[in-house]
Amino acid sequence: MKAPRVTDTSLRDGSHPMRHQFTVEQVRAVAQALDEAGVPVIEVTHGDGLAGSSIQYGFSRTSEMELISEARRVCQRAKIAVLLLPGIGTVKELKEAIERGAQVVRIATQCTEADISEEHFEIAKRLGMETVGFLMMAHMRPPEVLVQQARLMESYGADCVYIVDSAGAMLPQDAAARVRALKEALTVQVGFHAHNNLGLAIGNSLAALEAGADQLDGCLRGLGAGAGNAPTELLAAVLDKIGLNPGLDVYRLMDAAEYVIAPMMPFQPIPNRDAISIGYAGVYSTFLLHAQRAGERFGVDPRDILIELGRRQAVAGQEDWILDVALELARDSQVHPPIRRKDAGATVENAVAEFSQLQ
Amino acid sequence: MEAQHAIDGKVKVAIIGSGNIGTDLMYKLLKQPGHMELVLLAGIDPASEGLARARALGIRASTEGIKAVLEDPEIRIVFDATSAKAHVRHAKALREAGRIAVDLTPAARGPYVVPPVNLQAHLGEANVNMVTCGGQATTPLVYAVSRVTPVLYAEMVSTVASLSAGPGTRQNIDEFTETTAKALEVVGGAQQGKAIIILNPADPPIMMRNTVYAIPAEEFDEATITDSVEQMVAEVQVYVPGYHLKNPPVFDIQETPWGKRPVVTMLLEVEGAGDFLPRHAGNLDIMTASARRVGEMFAQRLLGVQQEVMV
Repeated sequence: MKAPRVTDTSLRDGSHPMRHQFTVEQVRAVAQALDEAGVPVIEVTHGDGLAGSSIQYGFSRTSEMELISEARRVCQRAKIAVLLLPGIGTVKELKEAIERGAQVVRIATQCTEADISEEHFEIAKRLGMETVGFLMMAHMRPPEVLVQQARLMESYGADCVYIVDSAGAMLPQDAAARVRALKEALTVQVGFHAHNNLGLAIGNSLAALEAGADQLDGCLRGLGAGAGNAPTELLAAVLDKIGLNPGLDVYRLMDAAEYVIAPMMPFQPIPNRDAISIGYAGVYSTFLLHAQRAGERFGVDPRDILIELGRRQAVAGQEDWILDVALELARDSQVHPPIRRKDAGATVENAVAEFSQLQ
Repeated sequence: MEAQHAIDGKVKVAIIGSGNIGTDLMYKLLKQPGHMELVLLAGIDPASEGLARARALGIRASTEGIKAVLEDPEIRIVFDATSAKAHVRHAKALREAGRIAVDLTPAARGPYVVPPVNLQAHLGEANVNMVTCGGQATTPLVYAVSRVTPVLYAEMVSTVASLSAGPGTRQNIDEFTETTAKALEVVGGAQQGKAIIILNPADPPIMMRNTVYAIPAEEFDEATITDSVEQMVAEVQVYVPGYHLKNPPVFDIQETPWGKRPVVTMLLEVEGAGDFLPRHAGNLDIMTASARRVGEMFAQRLLGVQQEVMV
């Protein structure tokens, strides 16, 4: 095993729990602290990538371009990365991000749809960017399918392809099997991006590392979607303990988590009931706040919304289905009296069976 | 359904492009010819399945592409279901030959048309463009709001089944978002438009789902908007029967770049007619159904048929 390169995504994945309200001052403080702690790559973008500012995902308080410029301005060593989801952001925003100082672009697609990213990889490479492919919601497909998709990204010019556990649904063996399959099939690097919805972000990251991962992601104090990602300071401590610290200053990262990020966090992402439901149902981690909001508005248990979205095989970015499901569940609960689940692991099928027994 | 008229003659029409879109359009023109008579399906690939189907149905099939169209002076309306690159060339040739072009590619040499919104205004054009599938689906709803109260911002999110997103969409996904956003402004009447597309690989495949958000610029009456939207849905259903709202419009207050504002959310599903493509391909169905509708209106105009009333 070798020490992985660590990318911190507090200023991108953390945009979700921050409801996209990051200010220039906050980005300056976080980017500076990460840079001083030796983090080599810092991702700064709206949570849903370039041009993610929208009704669907939430409007940015401050233009992401201003935030990218600020991060670039204050970092001495770190590279600035941006996220781009084809279908949301376009080459136009990518070019502007490059002008603002972005050097790495992470191009993300649903794990079966890599072929929508060809143009973006080609242009990013032509413009001299380092390119990373992101296969999102990778728990939904077996390793052999992910290998085909990763090969497409490699052929388009990806310097690294990530297995992205967007739903925080993987167990360590799932993460390891997927990373290993990509390592065997690709000549470029392989990365792993964890979410902590089932409390396994660090465990899965270690399993990925053992399976050969070259790159891992973290966010300070777990400030990411759902229950957050692998906390960067925790990842650094663990890597140091096993002798694979890639040059991160563990004390400085702990301080950044404690004194820089924690005071600005609206809440601490943890594997609570709704986040666990996301991991359990295998839905996109960013659905968390949207499902909670819809649940409150329509008097529906957010867990029921999340489980139903999992049953419908919702994918990355489909926040608008939450409203569909909430409206339908609210309508159903007017027809049927609400009942409480007997066990926390109940599925929709069980609930339906219970309903029919009641009638 | 469209109002039935006594048939006052027919206009001869052709399709260029024998892929999925061209083939589905062929089935639609045969099923519901209206004032059109499909006389030719022109492709370039001798092995094309679409051309074989045309022959089997008794429609002349040619591998000569646009040349076959230009050689038949009786063809007045030409549906182009090839590619943006090819259409740039075709547009010029068709214009010079005095034929009407209904462009289903992203080339957009002529104005965008969305039948219930602005087709009447463009029936004098020699070339009209069908925008994108998402544009055909969502522009009418934005217009339904903007015709009763000014719209500051409109956003559409289109989720289509992976299986119904062809190579054209996949290779040029930026084109989809840019063109659709522009149509929300130019045709839909929003001051600012934004488009998002998501491909969903669920098995069994999902129906095309579109969510349309609109932020009105001024105070408005919810019932007026709901009525206008429901009326518009009925207008589109005339030519796309599978077009329906999953729920009535939802109104709520949200944080926006313009402060706290009411947002109108419309949840739309488009089920395909299943003429040739499967029912989940509502995105392709709405393109071909809209193109057929446009062709029919041009045909009626050429024949001097009294304009039918849109119900």
